[in-house]
Amino acid sequence: MNPTDITQPEYFHKVVDCQWACPAHTPVPEYIRLIAQGRYDDAYLINWKSNVFPGILGRTCDRPCEPACRRVRVEVGSPEHRKAGAKPEPVAICRLKRVAADYKSDVRARLPKPAARMNGKRVALVGGGPASLTVARDLAPHGYHCVVFDADPKAGGMMRTQIPKFRLPDRVIDEECGYVLDLGIEFRGGTRIDSMAKLLGEGYDAVFVGSGAPRGRDLDMPGRKEAARHIHIGIDWLSSVSFGHTTSIGRRVVVLGGGNTAMDCCRSARRLGGEKVDVVVRSGFDEMKASPWEKEDAQHEGIPIHNFLVPKAFLHEGGRLIGITFDRVAAKYDAKGRRELVPTGEPEVRFDCDDVLVAVGQENAFPWIERDLGIAFDRWGMPVVDKVTMASTRPGVFFGGDAAFGPKNIIWAVAHGHDAAISIDRHCRGEDVAKRPPPTFLVTSQKMGIHEWSYDNAITSDRRYRVPLKDTVIALKDIRQEVELGFDAKLAFAEAQRCLNCDVQTVFTDKLCIECDACVDICPMDCITFTANGDEADLRARLRAPAANLAQDLYVSGALASRRVMAKDEDVCLHCGLCAERCPTGAWDMKKSFIEMSHCGDTPRIRLPKRESAGIAAEAAE
Amino acid sequence: MTFLAKPKIHHPSLPVNALGFTRRDYEGPVSTLCAGCGHDSISAAVIQAFFELAVPPHRVAKLSGIGCSSKTPTYFLGQSHGFNTVHGRMPSVLTGANLANRSLLYLGVSGDGDSASIGLGQFAHLMRRNVDMTYLVENNGVYGLTKGQFSATADKGSRSKRGAANDDEPIDLVMMALTLGASYVARGFSGDKDQLVPLIVGAVRHKGAALIDVVSPCVAFNNHPGSTKSYDYVRAHNEAVNRLDFMPERAPITTSQAPGETRDIVMHDGSTMRLKRLDAEYDPSDKVGAMAYLESHRARGVVVTGLLYVAENASDMHDALQTVDAPLNQLPDAELVPGSAALAGINASLR
Repeated sequence: MNPTDITQPEYFHKVVDCQWACPAHTPVPEYIRLIAQGRYDDAYLINWKSNVFPGILGRTCDRPCEPACRRVRVEVGSPEHRKAGAKPEPVAICRLKRVAADYKSDVRARLPKPAARMNGKRVALVGGGPASLTVARDLAPHGYHCVVFDADPKAGGMMRTQIPKFRLPDRVIDEECGYVLDLGIEFRGGTRIDSMAKLLGEGYDAVFVGSGAPRGRDLDMPGRKEAARHIHIGIDWLSSVSFGHTTSIGRRVVVLGGGNTAMDCCRSARRLGGEKVDVVVRSGFDEMKASPWEKEDAQHEGIPIHNFLVPKAFLHEGGRLIGITFDRVAAKYDAKGRRELVPTGEPEVRFDCDDVLVAVGQENAFPWIERDLGIAFDRWGMPVVDKVTMASTRPGVFFGGDAAFGPKNIIWAVAHGHDAAISIDRHCRGEDVAKRPPPTFLVTSQKMGIHEWSYDNAITSDRRYRVPLKDTVIALKDIRQEVELGFDAKLAFAEAQRCLNCDVQTVFTDKLCIECDACVDICPMDCITFTANGDEADLRARLRAPAANLAQDLYVSGALASRRVMAKDEDVCLHCGLCAERCPTGAWDMKKSFIEMSHCGDTPRIRLPKRESAGIAAEAAE
Repeated sequence: MTFLAKPKIHHPSLPVNALGFTRRDYEGPVSTLCAGCGHDSISAAVIQAFFELAVPPHRVAKLSGIGCSSKTPTYFLGQSHGFNTVHGRMPSVLTGANLANRSLLYLGVSGDGDSASIGLGQFAHLMRRNVDMTYLVENNGVYGLTKGQFSATADKGSRSKRGAANDDEPIDLVMMALTLGASYVARGFSGDKDQLVPLIVGAVRHKGAALIDVVSPCVAFNNHPGSTKSYDYVRAHNEAVNRLDFMPERAPITTSQAPGETRDIVMHDGSTMRLKRLDAEYDPSDKVGAMAYLESHRARGVVVTGLLYVAENASDMHDALQTVDAPLNQLPDAELVPGSAALAGINASLR
């Protein structure tokens, strides 16, 4: 293999699994260290810059970072965990983010100010959810006049209407949407945009569509019309609950669907008078779309989840719903591994109920965008949107969030927003939107002394800490009562210490290596091998521990004096720095790679250590 | 020195041996030697060898003298018996321990100062008695703990870190062991574990005194140009005469290699050690030939490594003394203290 090029941000970025997996690429280990140090303001601001809604996301994020967390793969090899029969678990990244939001002081002085001078450009943003607010936040400080339209009176979009208050209290939404709106953004609540043509006619320099996926899918089955009064579309019902229009539900409730909306529905129903709430899904429990922790939360509140049941008919009596019937199915896989749900032929299953919540998916709807404006739609009725620039086929019109590629989640909406803001800025300046700014990439040695590093390199064997919950009896009484109490400072510190600091990179300088094997001998995970070079597949098989995880890169050095190379498997590296501690020549160093996506108007900073060989001295001189 | 304990976490695919232990179970606490010390690599090789041998850790006694090398037993086989003796006195303490309890595996760890200077006499007598043990010399050619004076194994003409040349002839412990009757003599290099680990495995399995002289660079005081025990010098001048391999018991012997390329040696425990010859003219069963070979190569500055001499079916000290098979701590009082009548009988036989 060729020597790994570590001067490109992508290589180290990929090593930081959580950050790489995050759509907004939040520098996770950096803020987790700040939380451990009690620097909650700094931790919050790193988040705020990257994901705009730390307090909201710290409660509701879909957390793609956590399944990616290296800690999971590391704990598989932990003797303590094996002895205890414990399941390997990621660092509670999401809930640590909430800690930063919970314990910060007043950070308003450190947030950007409204632009002192406007640049004369006006941008219309359709929908007041996370995507639009992100775009507005990125643009407004640079002098853009941003006008956000939303049909609801308050900003927040689905964060406010679809997420139950017991998961996300209004005060958190108010606070974080407020930080954005305080940048001098014009918010026109209660204004539904009915015509794109009309909006375009108002002379905006750019239009951003962040209107979400507002239409809940219905279930057309016998009895649907007759029992309509007791059959509710999940997201509409949640929104009605959120605004206080709906305050009760029948005693027995069936929730159809296995996604996160279904989980929100069943838990809300439980609080509005549903004594017997059942979730029924077509597929198997394990294939449900809902995040594992949301399923756990529902079950914790005494809500059973029934699987492999396909709804057949609504049963009704005199306009009143009395139950639903289901066919039992089993999963069969064909030769290509495709799954099919085949009826088992068993007698149909009946659930008696008073109300049904249908949460079987969401759809986009763009009846308000005329099809003759040069905005192309595909055959599924979705706009044709560039994945990088978020641009539609009409210059000056951009999409983001669920409106762009269908229902995803808040953090994707934020990521889209950042990308769209860059594009809008370039568009308004008459520049090529396809050109994107590189990220900030700072590489800094963490060496403080002979065996001193500026991060805690000791590895804890602690298992993941649970977030304390409010007592279920109390929690179920009030739909506005937040269930999760959040980590306290002590728990937060302990959980933060589980982070492996994957952004503190093992950096190898082949010219300095004397091949003494000290790093090989000390490495607890057998990551490092000195061997003859070869192609990747060959090298992977010849390492001290086979490098079977192809998603993780090999770090390969140039040829050494013995003509061998150093090959390191990044997969389960603990970033403990023992290789660097045991290295007599400083060929290994622990260097923090700080990578931060550039947003609109940012000047990316890049700093690579200039003279690798001179170690601390060179960096001190920089 | 590292202050951090090495995390107990290990690679998920780390193999276990016949006893269900991983290699990590044969480790000790983290080393306090200088970073990059060759001795740490030797410790790692010992750990790997005992893991491969699947030895129950409590069946091993590790004894050492004084010096950097003699500190190392702390850093491996943390579950085994250990004894730090007086400087240079490891051989006599080990001989005594072996006489008292022959059921343990004995590992003596020493350095060039401990064995070739203050303990030279002890070294010689252990070898000539053929005590059943593995004798590891971690040989760096300098006194590291007293800041880098030449030791007795430093080559004539090699230079110290400050530039002074060594005028004295070196003691070659391999040559001494050969002349004194050691039955397994090898030389390794701390920077080549592929070679060193099987040499240690062979030495542990061998019955009788087994010496492995391991060239182990001192990164602090003897790893500079002009040194003949530096990583670079040894890599450039190392000539391995053979490579060791171990066959699982009763494995069919393949004949894919050309005759003369390999040679199988049956160990006293019934296992087979296969020697892959790298130098066809080198015969590790020919002591006189080996000595001539070593001497001629030494004169050319070549560091000859590998299994240099092995005597098959060697006997050990217990055979010579005709001692009982059982360790003394397992003998009942009646046998250990036969009583005054037996003593009178012995005395009478000597009159």
